[in-house]
Amino acid sequence: MSELLVNEKEIVIPGEEVARGMDFLPSIGTFREGESIYAKNLGLLEVRKHVIKVIPLSGYYMPKRGDTVIGVVTNIGFSGWTIDIGAPYDVNLPVGEAVRGRLELLRTDLSRYFDIGDIIVADIYNVTKSKIIQLSMREHGLRKLKGGRIIKITPSKVPRLIGKSGSMVTMIKKYTNCEINVGQNGYIWINGPIEGQYLVEKAVDLIEKEAHLSGLTDKIKEMLEKEGVKNE
Amino acid sequence: MSERPDGRKFDEMRDIEAKVGVIEQADGSAMFRIGKTIAIAGVYGPKKVVPKHLEDPEKAILKCYYDMYSFSVPERKRPGPDRRSIELSMVIKNALMPAIFLREYPKTQIEVFVSIIQADAGTRCAAISAAAMALADAGIAMKDIVSAVAVGHVNNEIVVDLNKEEEDIEGTSDIPMAYMPRMKKITLLQLDGKLPKEKLRSAIELGIKSCEKIYEIQKKALKGRYKLQGE
Repeated sequence: MSELLVNEKEIVIPGEEVARGMDFLPSIGTFREGESIYAKNLGLLEVRKHVIKVIPLSGYYMPKRGDTVIGVVTNIGFSGWTIDIGAPYDVNLPVGEAVRGRLELLRTDLSRYFDIGDIIVADIYNVTKSKIIQLSMREHGLRKLKGGRIIKITPSKVPRLIGKSGSMVTMIKKYTNCEINVGQNGYIWINGPIEGQYLVEKAVDLIEKEAHLSGLTDKIKEMLEKEGVKNE
Repeated sequence: MSERPDGRKFDEMRDIEAKVGVIEQADGSAMFRIGKTIAIAGVYGPKKVVPKHLEDPEKAILKCYYDMYSFSVPERKRPGPDRRSIELSMVIKNALMPAIFLREYPKTQIEVFVSIIQADAGTRCAAISAAAMALADAGIAMKDIVSAVAVGHVNNEIVVDLNKEEEDIEGTSDIPMAYMPRMKKITLLQLDGKLPKEKLRSAIELGIKSCEKIYEIQKKALKGRYKLQGE
């Protein structure tokens, strides 16, 4: 007999038994020991059919292959750049993955392409077991972001910020007249009128604090309507 | 039947208060108060290892810093690390390590800072209980929460959670212990003093029972960190 011991959308603590029986499968944030599934992180329990997940409510970004992230250039090397993406590791962006065509490394100053402090959007195209992380900017839409600045959110709360098929972020964009670009690593690039930027920051702050509650979109909408810049 | 100096029962702990998220700048933090002893723990990381040669390519390294503030005791304590605090840092580290999935964070370090702002015996146990909650608050993957309490042998009786007055009685032995309630494993067991084998056994049993009570308090504090709708 398999049974769920904790209700969905409830807060669980590390080591708490969330389900018993082999019919359930442990996914991220959980582990199996014997017949039971236990939570690994402090977070929200999520159940999709037989798969059990715990969405952590805090913690750093752990790079995952295929994620699209926003990063800041922190160093320029001989054949690439070092990027800060909020992970506890050095992340490398080789020239070949960022610049089209061949170039003579010895005669090129790489700061012509990206300088220290520049903000970029890139894909994580490889993460090795020993956490050597490589970025790529070959795909469409991966580029340098001009101007703007970065604000941060806990990476596990990014899905809440984006909302169902982008509903939340579209709404924030509409009310604030700002350009917003969200990376899976929790870095958010914003650009636009200063009042709008302030509002985006306020909205992100609210999501950060109340990501575990439902009806967040309505709450954000209410806040934006009250303080929002007049659109058009 | 003789009584304890402060009128508690033999298996009664002092009143306990636990709070999670007390340091805003930390990645995870917690406060644990048992009687007059107060421990505040802050967790930072996982982050890059400094100095680099300590880095482990297979797992994270855990660093603990136990610090007793100069005003935490009646007679001013000389501030800064000393022999005792270095040893306790190690003891706390060893008590917490079995509970963490260190292999999930290779090449990183997790730092735990515990500050004792008021001491009335049992500081290492309060430190461990606080640190375990702070680690969970930091979003670090853990197998279990660690709960800790001291048991002892005072005036020929097995008692739990000694205070300073009891600790200073002649012939007292003091047994700090840490326990993982789900895995039913002891991660810290020290003995200061002498007592017969059978008494040690019953002392450990009492310790385990008390750790389970502390676990419930820690659990409540951790869940209370995030208020749910309608609460």
